[in-house]
Amino acid sequence: MPPDAVSAAAARAVPFRGGGFRPRRIWIIGPIVFVVLILLWQAGSQTGVISDVALPSPVAVFGAFHDLVATGMLWKHLGASLYRLVVGWTLGTLLGVAIGLSIGLFSLARAGLVPLVSAAFPIPKIALLPLFVIWFGTGEGSKVATILFGTLFPTVVATYGGIDNVDRNLIRMGQSFGLKWLSIVRKIVIPGALPAILSGFRISASIAVVLLVAAEMIGAQYGIGAYILEAGALFATDQLIAGVAILSGLGLVIGWLIGRAERHFLDWRT
Amino acid sequence: MRVTIDGISHDYGRTHVLRDIALTIDEGEIVAVIGPSGCGKSTLLRFIGGLERPDRGRVLLSGEPPTGSLNPLTYIFQDFALLPWRTVEGNVRLVLEDHGIGERATREIVDDVLARTGLSDFRTAWPRQLSGGMKQRVAIARALSVRPAVMLMDEPLSSLDAQTRELLMDDLVELWARERFSACYVTHNLAEAVRLGHRIIVLSRRPGTIREEIAIDIPLAERAGRPAELDGVQRQVWTLLREEAREADRELTDAA
Repeated sequence: MPPDAVSAAAARAVPFRGGGFRPRRIWIIGPIVFVVLILLWQAGSQTGVISDVALPSPVAVFGAFHDLVATGMLWKHLGASLYRLVVGWTLGTLLGVAIGLSIGLFSLARAGLVPLVSAAFPIPKIALLPLFVIWFGTGEGSKVATILFGTLFPTVVATYGGIDNVDRNLIRMGQSFGLKWLSIVRKIVIPGALPAILSGFRISASIAVVLLVAAEMIGAQYGIGAYILEAGALFATDQLIAGVAILSGLGLVIGWLIGRAERHFLDWRT
Repeated sequence: MRVTIDGISHDYGRTHVLRDIALTIDEGEIVAVIGPSGCGKSTLLRFIGGLERPDRGRVLLSGEPPTGSLNPLTYIFQDFALLPWRTVEGNVRLVLEDHGIGERATREIVDDVLARTGLSDFRTAWPRQLSGGMKQRVAIARALSVRPAVMLMDEPLSSLDAQTRELLMDDLVELWARERFSACYVTHNLAEAVRLGHRIIVLSRRPGTIREEIAIDIPLAERAGRPAELDGVQRQVWTLLREEAREADRELTDAA
């Protein structure tokens, strides 16, 4: 039956029921959500719907932040925090990748270390801070150690999990072409495990920020955590929110950096 | 170089995989090994290339590999086994890097094999951008780059569609005409076996034994033009395989 012979009454278009389930990148929405929320919050504070005691207005928070910048204390706090974060996370990550690699590659290391990792992973590292103080002193050592141990275990698990998931056929291929053991590890195993290792970095970086603040709240003169604790003790909620906002900003920057690293190292994927 | 398979038997646990396999692959000869699924043909190929050890029996090599051969026994895999994080060129380079042959020689070999497989324009492409047929061409280029004496082909066309398979069969015939490589070509596809095998080894179902050896006298290059004769051979092979395949299909498997 030719199309023009189909009467309009009898013919219906097939209803569309596909589509969806495919996340697209819409970059503008994220900032809009932030701006709208902050505007609503400011409006609420100005009209008195949100009392100043319960939650300071965004303008007051911004004022507290401005004070931090003007007095130069921002750099003192942020610098101390960043130092602990970078040193602790880097050492924890290096050690974690090394241990994860040895578990992934050697059966003996796997047999010996996996139970140890399972036993130590769930311990809240902040509970060990007093011990770390005894071992590494009251200075930077104990804080760095807390972050180091906090990032170590998720990195170990992500790394050996990634290695376990490397396609064994690719390794057979390497062997069949007579590649050296080290070449197979360097050119096949590690690149194959890299996506898992990098997503492990996302988790370990967030854990590092949480532990950083906790460690600084327990004993530090400077640092974002110390600033928040002090503000809390004085019920200076505008400063407290300003400190929390700095942590959020830190989280965003870390997420962005890891995203950049993923796009750089995993450009072969999409 | 000549490969002699000398009385190989193998078990995986209580599953008997291969029994008393003896055959030779002569220089410049393509031996097609065909059999029902699970008859141990891929296992046999892993023994030949030294990726696995048989319980009993040996694989022997005689004669010298061609001069400049970097990897005499070279595989082509069903799933292509390309590194997704390396480009076409990078995948070929991978197998040359450990041989210390220097940048200039490497570049010459890469240029040469990419030209021979029609991949020169795809140098910088990622594997994910290529069709199945192109991926297998990359794997063939990679195999050629190490100047193999014997190609060990493990169902190389089985994950390709029928049209691509035809094209690649023509490519392989043409390549053989130039290179005269020896090959053990494992397949479950009758058409591939009769098109590419100088000899066809028909394996029984598990435990795999050699049921029949069929030599085909028609030169490879002429086969595409003589379908009637090939059809006859194909039917002969199928008669041998039919019962085995039916029985194999009804078996329970515990083997890996």
